[in-house]
Amino acid sequence: MDAEMTVVQEQAAEAPEMPEVLVSVRDLKKHFPVTKGALRRKVGAVRAVDGVSFDIMRGQTLGLVGESGSGKSTIGRTLLRLEEPTEGTVVFDGGDMAELSARGLRKVRPRMQMVFQDPHACLNPRMTVSSIIGEPLVEHLSMTSRERNERVEELLGLVGLNPEHANRYPHEFSGGQRQRIGIARAISLNPDLIVCDEPIAALDVSIQAQVVNLMEELQDLLGLTYLFISHDLGMIRHIADRVAVMYLGRIMELADVDSLYDNPLHPYTRALQSSAPVPDPAVEATREKIVLEGDIPSPSSPPPGCVFSTRCPEAVDRCRSEVPVWREVSPGHGVACHLVPAI
Amino acid sequence: MTVDPTPVLRVTDLTTRFNTQDGTVHAVNGVSFDLADGEVLGVVGESGSGKSVTMMSLLRLIPTPPGEILAGQAIFEGDDLLSMDLGDLRKVRGGKVGFIFQDPMTSLNPVVTVGDQIVESLAVHQPGRRKAMRLRALELLQLVGIPSPEERLRCYPYELSGGMRQRVMIAIALACNPKVLVADEPTTALDVTIQAQILELVKGLREKLGMAVIWITHDLGVVAGLVDRVLVMYGGQIVEDAPVDEFYAQPRHPYSQGLLASLPSATSRGDKLVNIQGQPPDLRSAPASCSFAPRCPHAFDRCDRENPVLAAVSATRKVACWLDEVPVLVGAQSDETAKGQVGHGR
Repeated sequence: MDAEMTVVQEQAAEAPEMPEVLVSVRDLKKHFPVTKGALRRKVGAVRAVDGVSFDIMRGQTLGLVGESGSGKSTIGRTLLRLEEPTEGTVVFDGGDMAELSARGLRKVRPRMQMVFQDPHACLNPRMTVSSIIGEPLVEHLSMTSRERNERVEELLGLVGLNPEHANRYPHEFSGGQRQRIGIARAISLNPDLIVCDEPIAALDVSIQAQVVNLMEELQDLLGLTYLFISHDLGMIRHIADRVAVMYLGRIMELADVDSLYDNPLHPYTRALQSSAPVPDPAVEATREKIVLEGDIPSPSSPPPGCVFSTRCPEAVDRCRSEVPVWREVSPGHGVACHLVPAI
Repeated sequence: MTVDPTPVLRVTDLTTRFNTQDGTVHAVNGVSFDLADGEVLGVVGESGSGKSVTMMSLLRLIPTPPGEILAGQAIFEGDDLLSMDLGDLRKVRGGKVGFIFQDPMTSLNPVVTVGDQIVESLAVHQPGRRKAMRLRALELLQLVGIPSPEERLRCYPYELSGGMRQRVMIAIALACNPKVLVADEPTTALDVTIQAQILELVKGLREKLGMAVIWITHDLGVVAGLVDRVLVMYGGQIVEDAPVDEFYAQPRHPYSQGLLASLPSATSRGDKLVNIQGQPPDLRSAPASCSFAPRCPHAFDRCDRENPVLAAVSATRKVACWLDEVPVLVGAQSDETAKGQVGHGR
């Protein structure tokens, strides 16, 4: 243990400010074709993700926030190559995901897992908990059934469930417990990256805190890297190291969590923060709210120029014609907006 | 806050059960509260705490069987909603009491235009000439801030976005100038920026029209900005009834303290979130003890023996907790002691 600690400290001393990049996404696009008629003629495309670039550092949590339809989940799925990207590259631990053959992909898959939003829908109701958690082990490792049962019990203990319940079915568990089963399944193969797609959105407030605490504990214990997708700005602030704000398939702003919350630069980030209600009547009564007009436009016909220009309270003519380029205004704090002055 | 001696709605001892194959579910157990004229009342609680069933029971909207309203009174303008003739109750539903449901997609009829759905409500309660009702529908769509309302009248629900559909629901609920508007998690299915629009709209409408509002939610942030008074429900009972400022400054019931402390904003980054241990109660047994006792960090032997009743602890507040005979508890948001009191981690 001591030897390990010194190694970690030495590594930390060598590179104090440069965490290792685990996932590097460059100019990623995912367009879904819109077809019409019996011949499935392509008449357009839904630009679910339209040119995003970001890095996820090993051992950190990148939060991805945005409204429904902004492309958050599609990014998560494309990262794991559950969707084929239309354009762009995803480099996972030095290897380009797009170049992998089916066999090569199968080798990488155990290292990247997913936790889903709906704990009622993502577990097979006809399988026992032990077979749900054991399935990845059967699929990717050659273990004897005894070794597997031991591993399943260990995993159940890790996520705070009683190992004696291994032979129960999902319907016998509450929502929070089911989400724990989903987490146990995701960590069963010791992955590097876990894409968490709104893992707490379907849970009650008091249970949300339990699940988030568990995820943080597991991150510390197993050195996990999370892509945490959520629309809950409060929870993202708590769990994330860096945050990317998405709107209509593009990243509007990306920064360290503190600089994003304390010094939001993009008008959309400010509006989003202002829309989130504060659980304090005194603050609510006095704070000024930015209420955006209208709805998020359809991703099949995004507006020209900046995609946010149709709802932006500060938009000028330039915003409606020219797409803002991504700029880094201070180290680690990037924004795509014409109105943010260069520093 | 409105101080009105005669409440517009007075509910006493409402008890609702569901007789299912797995046994009797005690969904609402002796709920009593008053709603003052023009007041906005927030009802918070987790899923299964009985928030929705309480409000549905008031208008007898729960399916019977399996549901059964065993006891209670709901006095609205001098009449008991729970015992009145069904024909009279129909005049109240959608007339003097408007209802907004959580999911605007499933509560609007998909094959009827928006305009016809609003007119339908008017035709039942305030029949008039079709043209006049059509004009009123147009006026309502303008009131709830729908752009180009003339065109929208002819739209079907699927042609509108979630926020627009919820505005239509509000327009239908407001069609007959209700005295009371019951909103059952109306913004839960919406994005935050759209939720902010709906909240501003409801605040504005309430000032303009002066109706009383019952707002059911599980979001303590929404409650803080909107309501005058908070009811906290747990296990089918009201455990705390307090003015909103006092509730956030100093929650009295251990469950309220736990709820407020478990919000991520109450914890500094890097610290573990405070959580309430355990699971919500199983409502299949009649509440003989305090239903929060198994999760309560302060529970003592009396909590397991007797179920506390909602009792006044000051002129404005009521709490259902035996602990209130013990000196005042600490506010959950204010300092570290509260965190220590409400179970930490595992």
